[in-house]
Amino acid sequence: MSYADTSPAAIEAGPPPSANYRALRRLLRRPIAVGAIVIIVVIYGAGILAPWVAPQGFNEADFQNRYAEPSLEHPLGTDSLGRDLLSRAIWSAQTTVIVSVAAVLTGGLFLGVTAGLAAGYAGGRTDSIIMRAADTFASVPTILLVLIITATLLPRIIDLARDVEDLTGADWIVNSGAPSYFLVFGALAIFGWTGIARVVRSQVLALRQEPYVIAARASGASTPRILFLHLLPNLTNLLLVSFTLSFGALATAEVGLSFLGIGVQPPHPSFGLMVSEGVGLSNVREHTMLILVPAGFIVLLVMSFNLLGDQLTDVLSPRHR
Amino acid sequence: MPAGLATYIIRRLLLLPVILLIVSFATFALGRFAPVDYVEIQAGPRAQPETIERIREERGLNDPVPVQYVRYLGNVLTGDLGVSTRYQGFPVADVIFPRMWISLQYNVVVLVLTFAIGLPLGTWAALRRGTWQDPLSIGVFLFFASVPVLISVPLLQWLFAVKLGVLPSGGWSEAEYLGVELGIFSKHAVLPVLALTLPGVAGIARYMRGQVMEVLDQDFVRTANAKGLKASTVITRHVARNALLPIVTILGFELAALIGGSIFVETLLGIPGIGLLAFESIKSRDYDTIMAIVLVGSTTFVLAMLLIDIVYGFIDPRIRVEGSIS
Repeated sequence: MSYADTSPAAIEAGPPPSANYRALRRLLRRPIAVGAIVIIVVIYGAGILAPWVAPQGFNEADFQNRYAEPSLEHPLGTDSLGRDLLSRAIWSAQTTVIVSVAAVLTGGLFLGVTAGLAAGYAGGRTDSIIMRAADTFASVPTILLVLIITATLLPRIIDLARDVEDLTGADWIVNSGAPSYFLVFGALAIFGWTGIARVVRSQVLALRQEPYVIAARASGASTPRILFLHLLPNLTNLLLVSFTLSFGALATAEVGLSFLGIGVQPPHPSFGLMVSEGVGLSNVREHTMLILVPAGFIVLLVMSFNLLGDQLTDVLSPRHR
Repeated sequence: MPAGLATYIIRRLLLLPVILLIVSFATFALGRFAPVDYVEIQAGPRAQPETIERIREERGLNDPVPVQYVRYLGNVLTGDLGVSTRYQGFPVADVIFPRMWISLQYNVVVLVLTFAIGLPLGTWAALRRGTWQDPLSIGVFLFFASVPVLISVPLLQWLFAVKLGVLPSGGWSEAEYLGVELGIFSKHAVLPVLALTLPGVAGIARYMRGQVMEVLDQDFVRTANAKGLKASTVITRHVARNALLPIVTILGFELAALIGGSIFVETLLGIPGIGLLAFESIKSRDYDTIMAIVLVGSTTFVLAMLLIDIVYGFIDPRIRVEGSIS
């Protein structure tokens, strides 16, 4: 179909499909990509809908039924307190969703994209200050600093939340686990922006000399308008791949921090806490399900994100244009 | 040495103290936020308020914060990293350096194995592009790169210690044989090395596969093939050499992954290295030790990265012109 096609059928069909639309179609023709998307949607969906989907609450103990084998009542068995493992896993998925989405929104999208756009478009001193900051953040081992941040600040944040509770009379804040969620994604976001910023910056540097950007500037468009209306839409492919990969990395990081006892605090559910309850030689020997359940979920989720990232890179690469 | 390279190295070296200052300030500031008053711990539960006040005065905790920071820096530079509250009265330096030695031993083995296996494996996978081995190797690499160490260790433990019973389930051999500590030479080293090498090899192979495929598509490779060079010569002299250039980025990731991975491996297997110490110090809220581990760990990492950057500047002439690798 050419652009000059004015037959009724062509008008009915609307404008020719955009490059992104075609890339999406290519993606959905790949069984591996579809499989990865299905796994992500199922695990994330279960997590988001946990209050309705999970057979039990995350902390409903049943001491008559400790270490139960998988059965109809408990499809994946129960843990040392008789808590249903499937329900625990679904609630843990909710934690993963909350922490990774919050970290991607604040660290990747807000800090990363803004810093990258500013550095690439403004250039000069702004650029060098932002990029030196990114260099510094990238040249320290993230895990160690996140470790000390969460280890030292977690009790403080919980104290602070208790003060707020006393002031406002809202007694649910600490019990909801919000302070630890907040700290975990905050710490991850602080270190998560540098990669995205770098990618965005280099792309903006390449795009800022494009005729359409120069035209927009010549016609008097404001800088924010150029950044967000003209440049950002051209970065979506790049951001899509970066964010897909960072979802996998963030899930792994949250699991690790919670395992070490400086992430999500019990009784709130996290795959990291489930792992920490499932390790140890006697558990591994006699109650293998305790480790297999969280391990299965995490590996499926992280692998799906990595697969999807690979497939996205592939369908979006210029070779297909 | 060309002028560009000198500028490049000087710029890198100038950034070093800045990064170290920021890291030390971050650990110091966060240490001030520590929720436990270690003076009270040290003084004991039945200490008089005057005793606590005297210790505070002696340790300079009543001075203004900037003065404290400068003193902290001075102490660190002279090797005084504070006093462990967990190992009552032991200087932190005496606690952490023997532990670091254990971690260093098996981490070096992991690093060498990772590159020695990962690079050829990735090259091999790239050359099998389009055959049935291709999707298989991609899948296997992706799987092993996606399994967090935290998950793989208990599974490996289950396989090798419980099912097969061929390896010890954890711990670190401190026995000596002919005056040499067994440690890294004993069976105890196999599980930690395996757990860290698997994701490392998978990651490097994945990366190398992409690099090699990119180089294979370039004109000079076609030229080399067309002028009748042996396939092995083209691969080693033209392809691998060019594909290796950007490996510096992945080496940084690998180092960071090792630091993180060691914490989980040592915690899960009970290896008395720096990672287990970090875990125990967090549990027992031994903040001087945590601060010291973060500071020493970050410094090691920053120095290693600097060294890589400089070596890279010698290898890749483009760096000197651009002035920055990143």
